[in-house]
Amino acid sequence: MQFKSQAVSKPYFIAAIGLFVAQILFGLIMGLQYVMGDFLFPHIPFNVARMVHTNALIVWLLMGFMGAAYYLVPEESETELFSPKLAIALFWIFLVAAALTVVGYLLVPYATLAKMTGNDLLPTMGREFLEQPLITKIGIVVVALAFLFNITMTVLKGRKTAINTVLLVGLWGLAIFFLFSFYNPDNVVRDKFYWWWVVHLWVEGVWELILGAILAFVLIKVTGVDREVIEKWLYVIITLTLVTGIIGTGHHYYWIGTPEYWQWFGSIFSALEPIPFFAMTLFAFNMVNRRRREHPNKAATLWALGTGVMSFLGAGVWGFLHTLAPVNFYTHGTQITAAHGHMAFYGAYVMVVITMISYAMPLMRGRAANSNKAQVAEMWAFWLMTVSIVFITLFLTAAGILQVWLQRVSSTPMSFMDAQDQVSMFYWMREWAGVAFLVGLIVYIWSFFIPGEEKAKA
Amino acid sequence: MSGSFTTSAARNIFYGGTIFFFLMFLGLTYNTEQVLPKRDNRAALANPAVAAGKKLWETNNCIGCHTLLGEGAYFAPELGNVYKRRGGEFIKAWIKAQPTGAPGRRQMPQFNLTDKQLDELVAFFKYVGEIDTAKWPPNIEG
Repeated sequence: MQFKSQAVSKPYFIAAIGLFVAQILFGLIMGLQYVMGDFLFPHIPFNVARMVHTNALIVWLLMGFMGAAYYLVPEESETELFSPKLAIALFWIFLVAAALTVVGYLLVPYATLAKMTGNDLLPTMGREFLEQPLITKIGIVVVALAFLFNITMTVLKGRKTAINTVLLVGLWGLAIFFLFSFYNPDNVVRDKFYWWWVVHLWVEGVWELILGAILAFVLIKVTGVDREVIEKWLYVIITLTLVTGIIGTGHHYYWIGTPEYWQWFGSIFSALEPIPFFAMTLFAFNMVNRRRREHPNKAATLWALGTGVMSFLGAGVWGFLHTLAPVNFYTHGTQITAAHGHMAFYGAYVMVVITMISYAMPLMRGRAANSNKAQVAEMWAFWLMTVSIVFITLFLTAAGILQVWLQRVSSTPMSFMDAQDQVSMFYWMREWAGVAFLVGLIVYIWSFFIPGEEKAKA
Repeated sequence: MSGSFTTSAARNIFYGGTIFFFLMFLGLTYNTEQVLPKRDNRAALANPAVAAGKKLWETNNCIGCHTLLGEGAYFAPELGNVYKRRGGEFIKAWIKAQPTGAPGRRQMPQFNLTDKQLDELVAFFKYVGEIDTAKWPPNIEG
């Protein structure tokens, strides 16, 4: 760790991992409810478990991005963080707001929560992933703006590199597109159209800039390859991302009442969306192969390579599977979508945040890398979680293909619930894969408590 | 990467490409807004019950289990075409009868909606069902 203020990222990373655990536990509850419908009903209905599962994911990834930014920006800018105190204050505000929101989901009926939190003033709740009460949404904006102020001031007073510039563009984009979550017209088609400006332009747009910047930073550190080379790759990758991904939003505009030309725009541009992810894989492997030093942190290198491969498979390949309009006509809103969502989020965003944690945490704890024993445990966690998510994805894909066949393609289509009964075996297998994932996560957390050897600082 | 292709060239292509395609996206958005009145059944919004129904849909987090035009959760049936599939009376009776309490079956909570609210929800489903969705879903089962 080169600058004292980088240490503010530590609580962010710890809280991110804590929320990750909550996300997985509620995922397991939902997975069980798919096959044991009345499990925990009426105490935790499926919709409540799902809100916790998805919102915890979003919040812990945001925590991870913020932690990554606080670690990365001072080092790239070669100056202390503008205000470490502000960063710590924001951490507590964000954590308490997230906790109160989850408690609200779990303890109060959603309609009551809406009434209590001023949804009548400006109705924004009850839309997928944007379920947060109005005050939480305002809190997110306030925290995001104060965070961006802190980070931007740091970059302005220090060195400007491609990595911290791209990171800043991504983070500003994240905050700006979130503002569309406050726009909720009565017209369902327009509501859905602009809802995607948050959801798609986040995960298939500006978040990929953040991902690219974090990955590039870690690769410079662990491989020692020239900055010039890595920054050029970064620009090429994010160019491909936005050139394909912006118009690629059209793959959400096939069946929601929008003009039918979106079937052409969406199909063509989103068919190209795997290219930047493939470039990311090539990038990670190329840089590691051309490494000029043997960094003692093997686990961080493994996570970086994993991010390249798994984001290509999850976002690229599994996205392409159902992105062409004639295919999507049958697969839209089925378990195929769920399969893609799971591997894409894990492969791209979960893994890149863990890459950063894996690289930065040992340094913040005063060593270049963890002990060999701790790294071996972390690598076990890598394989357990990664293989589990592959199986979760494969089982959901199988369930989805069967569902599409029985409910959509058949000349005598089954009702939704009848088709669900037919695919329950795959839901059981998905749940067991989820248990294996939890085991991986427990091993991951355990790896932090394996003592590190005293090594020279990097 | 060849020597003649510099980082600043890559950066300029990034900004240029992004601005070009974002402007194209804005243009398509503008055109979409022009075409929507012919497709989105906005005439139905003249009935205030539709907007009230949408708010009920949102404040009871229906999207947490169901899909609407294919978007949402995949735990319970598609409701974009539920008005066509089941009709208004069935929808109201169904919501009132929840939860079924059938052992091992997926359960829908009881939302304690008034008769007026049930009518508003049905008006909302009818409105959504008449949006031109390019013939999606493939059949009535959604």
